[in-house]
This record gives sequence, C-alpha cells and structure tokens, in this order.
Amino acid sequence: MTETVSAQKVSREALFRPEEQAGWRLRELHGLERLIGAEWYRVLRGLFTNILSVAGLIIVTSFILAAAFAPVLAPPLRVAADPYLIPRDGFGPEPKPPGTVWTRGVPPIPFWYKAVTGKDEWVHLMGTASGQFDIYYGVVWGSRTALFAGLVITSATVAIGLIIGSLAAFYGSWLDDLLMRITEIFMAFPFLLAALTLSAILVPKFGRSIWPPTIALIIFGWTRYARVIRGEILSAKERDYVLAGRVVGVRDARLIIRHILPNTIYPILVLASFNVGDAVVTFSALSFLGVGTQIGYADWGQIISFARDWIMSLDTHWYIIVFPGLSLIVFGLGWNLIGDALRDILDPRMRSTRG
Amino acid sequence: MTAFIIRRLLQLPITVFGVTVLIFGMTMVLSPIERSALYVRDFPHTEGALEGIIRRYGLDDPFHVQYWRWLVGRTDPETGGKVGGVLRGDLGFSRTGRQPVIDHILHRLPASLELALWSVVPIIGIGIWLGIIAAINHNRLIDQVARVFSIIGWSFPTFVFALLVLMIFYAKLHLLPPGRLSDWATQVAMSPEFHRYTQLNTIDALLNLRLDIFWDALRHLILPIITLCYIQWAMLLRLTRSSMLEALRQDYMTTARAKGLAERTVINRHALPNALIPVVTVGGITIVNLVNGAVITETIFNYPGVGRAVAMAAQTLDVLTVLGFVLLSSVLFIVANLLIDVMYAFLDPRVRLG
Repeated sequence: MTETVSAQKVSREALFRPEEQAGWRLRELHGLERLIGAEWYRVLRGLFTNILSVAGLIIVTSFILAAAFAPVLAPPLRVAADPYLIPRDGFGPEPKPPGTVWTRGVPPIPFWYKAVTGKDEWVHLMGTASGQFDIYYGVVWGSRTALFAGLVITSATVAIGLIIGSLAAFYGSWLDDLLMRITEIFMAFPFLLAALTLSAILVPKFGRSIWPPTIALIIFGWTRYARVIRGEILSAKERDYVLAGRVVGVRDARLIIRHILPNTIYPILVLASFNVGDAVVTFSALSFLGVGTQIGYADWGQIISFARDWIMSLDTHWYIIVFPGLSLIVFGLGWNLIGDALRDILDPRMRSTRG
Repeated sequence: MTAFIIRRLLQLPITVFGVTVLIFGMTMVLSPIERSALYVRDFPHTEGALEGIIRRYGLDDPFHVQYWRWLVGRTDPETGGKVGGVLRGDLGFSRTGRQPVIDHILHRLPASLELALWSVVPIIGIGIWLGIIAAINHNRLIDQVARVFSIIGWSFPTFVFALLVLMIFYAKLHLLPPGRLSDWATQVAMSPEFHRYTQLNTIDALLNLRLDIFWDALRHLILPIITLCYIQWAMLLRLTRSSMLEALRQDYMTTARAKGLAERTVINRHALPNALIPVVTVGGITIVNLVNGAVITETIFNYPGVGRAVAMAAQTLDVLTVLGFVLLSSVLFIVANLLIDVMYAFLDPRVRLG
C-alpha cells in the first residue's frame, strides 16, 4: 500500500516567511531590542546589569555632568578671557589649606553656595596651590580638559587606526606590508617616552597648551587599533557574507563600511573605553612633567605638578595631590570598569569569531 | 625555527632605519631657526650670527641631506677628517648635562640599571604568583580581592601613587627617603677606600663589605621599586589569572586528575607551563617597560638616573638629550621584542609552524 503525501500548496509569500509555514517562529523582538538590534541590546543589558559596570557608568556620567555644569559649580572670573585659567588669590608661594577665605580676585560666588553652607564668603573648598591657584576650580574645570583630551585623543587614534588597519587588511599584498612596516616603526618606541619627546618638540611651536600632548598621544597611539582591526578584518575576509557581497557586486568601500566593520568593531570598543582613561592619565603625566599645559591651566596633572616643590612638607600640603589625584584615579577607574564589563560581554563572542 | 629567526633578523635593519628617520623627522618639525638653538650653547647675539649657525650646520638643506649628515657625520673643514654622526656615537651636545649626550646618558645609566635590576624579580615573581593564587581560588574571596586590586592598580597613575607613597613614608613617617644615598653614605662612597667595581651602590657595598651602605642604598630603593612594581603587578595579575583560568578549563586537566595525580602536581606540571606562555612574552615587555615608568618615578623620587635626566631635559626643551635617549631605548626595545618573539616561538610550537 502506498501512501501519498499531498504536497502542501506553497504560496509565494510563504517562501519569504519560512518560519510561519514550518509551524515555529523566531523569537519576536519588542521595544528597545527591536529598535537597536539584538546585538546591541545584549551589550546594553550586560552593561546595566553588572554592578561594577553600573558603577563605572555612574562615575563617567558624574564627570560629564561636572564638566557640563562647570560654570555653575565654579564660576569663572567675570573679566577673564579664558575660563580655563585658574583664578588666583594673590601671588603668595605658600599653599593654603581647604577652608581658607578667598580675599583677592574673588570670582562670583555660585548660587548654591549660600543655600548649602549658609556662609557669605567664598572659601577655597580644596585649598590653594603655590601661586594661590584655587584647586577646586582647577578640579572642576579640569574635568572639561580631561574629557576633551580623552575623547579627542581616543576618537582620533581609533579613526586613524581603523583607516590604516582596514586598508592594509582589505587590499593585502604590498599595501599591507608597507602599512604594517610603518605601524611597526611607530610601535618600536616606548610609548610615554615617545609622547614626551614629541610633546617637548611641539612646545616651541604651540606653546605650552593642550595641543602638544594631544598631538603627541594621537601620533603614537593609533598603532594598537590598526593591528587589531587588521587581524579582525583578515579573519572576516574569508567569511561567506563577504564573498556573497562581492558576488553581488558591492563596491569595496561600501563592503568595508557597511558589512565588515559592524561585525569586527567589538574589540575596538573594548580598547577604546580603556583608552579614554589611559589617554587622560598619560596626558596628565605629560602636564606633570612640564611639557603639557601651561602653569595655571585647569588640568589635573598640571595642578599636581605644583606638589613637586613641596615634597618635604607633603603631609601639611596633602590637598595639592589628594584632590586632583583622586579625580584622576576615579576617572580612570570609571572608564576601566566600563571597558572591563564590555570585554566580559564581548569575550565569548570574540572567542567564537576567532575560531 | 631558523627560518623564523632569519626572517625576523632581516626585518630588523628596516625597522631601525625607519625609527631613525622618524626620530630625525621629529626634529625637522621645527624650523631652521628653532633647530639652531639645539646646536649652540649660548644664544646668538646678532642676526648675522644666527645666519652663520644655520649655514654652518646646513640647517636649511633638504631633508635627506640633513638626515644623511646626522647619521654619518660630516667632513670637518679644518682637519679634513670625518667627524660626528650618530653611527660614530655622536648624539649631540646636551644643554642640561653640559656634556655630550652619550656621556650624559652613560654617566647616569648605572643608577637606572640598579633600580631595574632590583625591580625585575619582585615584579615577575610576585605578579605571576598573585595571578596563580587568584586563578586557583577562582571566585573565592582571594580572587575578588585580587581583581579589585588589579583594577584599582591599573587606574592609579604612577605619579599620583609615587607622590602619595612619598607623602606617607617620607613626609609623615620619615622612614624611606628619596634620592639614591644619604649624605653620610655618599661621603663614604666617594672616599678612596670604597672601591668601585660595578658603579651599582648595592653590589659595590656588598663587595666592600659595608653592610650599612648596602642597607642605606636599599632603603632609598624601596619606594621607587614599589612604585614601578604595583602597576606591573596589576597587569601581570590579570594576565596570569585569565591565562591560568583558560588552562585550568582544558581537557588535559581532567585527564590528569583522572589519572590520580595530586592536585599540586596537576597544576604545576600541566596547567602552569601552558598558562605561562603568554605571560612570558608580557614579562619580557615588562622589563623593557621599566624604562617608561622610570621616567616619572625617578623624577619624583629625585633618583639620579637616566629617566630623571630625560624628564629634566624635556622640561627645559633640551631636545637633543631626549632624542638621543629615545633613539637608544628604541633600538633596545626592538632588539628585546625580537628576543621575546624568538622565545615565544621556541616555547609555543604553534607559532613556529603557523
């Protein structure tokens, strides 16, 4: 006895929605997940459920808020041209402890001060450094400098590294060799030393400002990204979706930007979030060594460099180091926590793409 | 294996050449007038003197001419012989050191070498040990503490840590002073009875059988060593821990345990050698990275080494000293990386054959 299996009538629409015909469905996406895609939703969920990464996000957000509201938290001198120059309470060399009353060149008192403390006189909330620079002002406006330096340096290094790495990986052969030789030459320098050198060379050109260390850190910082993205693209090049794209006739640039990069960008994200913290720390180190911002600029490293003259009496002048130092540490910590959490989220994925 | 080494050795001159071009290119960022300041000891008083300097040193010649002259030297017009040039060891004159750059660096090298030598064993030994302990006690209290230490250590900038530590142990407690030797010890070390064999204070003190000088030198070294160490500990801890966790997960561990071996043997003979392969390469870079950390550490602790000389030169814009040191340390870096790669290939057959 033969059994005939009646062929199901397959409509044209059914060809494009196989899951409905087969009697099962793919998981439906709702709300945010549907908006940004399942991949990014997974990343966001990982970031917001891990307690350490939430702490990191809170820290970074606080710094962004402090930077945004800097004129409110620490109002600049009314007649000052540049709010990044710290106001000075006279010119005395002896640093004053926190709580000293502000006597000369007093900037406008913030509106919240009377409400919070009930006092009329503006005091140095964190003390002063040599030359009577207000440390509190420096720390608050220094967060702007730090965010600027961190974000500019990281974006520039990532952009340069991405371009060079993807060109090298995608086109291969002599271009790859040439670009990788150049990368090796830049990587042959000990990083801090090279940045110090270039910064010192650029100071006669730009004067002591934020630009010598920023440019120096960008020029020696892109190599890491170039290598990583090159490795990722080299392994992605052999994948089916790339071959399919080529067969269909997608142009090279479009293939790289719209197809390969979104799949290979994840290690770059991890490195970039670590890099923001590292860039700010190295930037401060260069300012501390004297080849960065000028004296009196609102930059954490620059304020700490005042402590170099007072090493013998650091226990009385502890506030010169502790307040800006704490800001630096917490800033770096926030970005490191985020980077760590990102790496934990993306690690199994990275392991699978490497297989 | 030999082919690998030969291939790497052939790439070496190209990289070194590229490094010299880049270093020289950095000076060319400045204009001829700014660069003339690097070649003279006093400022020129007249316009004509400035022109004379530019013409004499050829500071407005094309790039490749100047580069070649910098590399191999020029013919001295008076004697007719070849003089100067990087290949002959002439790195210029150091304004801060008031002597040729190469002498300035060599004079201060023993101090930095002493610091580096005394740091290597603590860094690698304690760093790896902490990582192993954390991995073995995965997710227990020790592991959590170690992870917190690693994250905080990584975020702590070197100069902030150094200043804090100096504040606590020197300004407050007067226990561990900055500098290299106390005054009385310097007097003894300068005297003719104290024979100098190695220029390293600790070794010389032992060889001269002066334990008090040895302890004094060591007392001055403790804080800089800890400053150099802690950030390397943070990095080595994390790397060793993750590498060890990876190794502990492997199938051969189950096999070893199934064979009935003691846990200690299982870890030491099977997990550890495989876990240490990436750590070994990073350990090599750590040693070379002592150069980086040393710049800030020596500056803060007033330790008279090469790092402090470079930092002071950078601050006063004495470019030639900084460039000379960068050139030497870059070449050292390249050679060290080559050795590390060879060692890595030796340890891990997959790299050789892949």
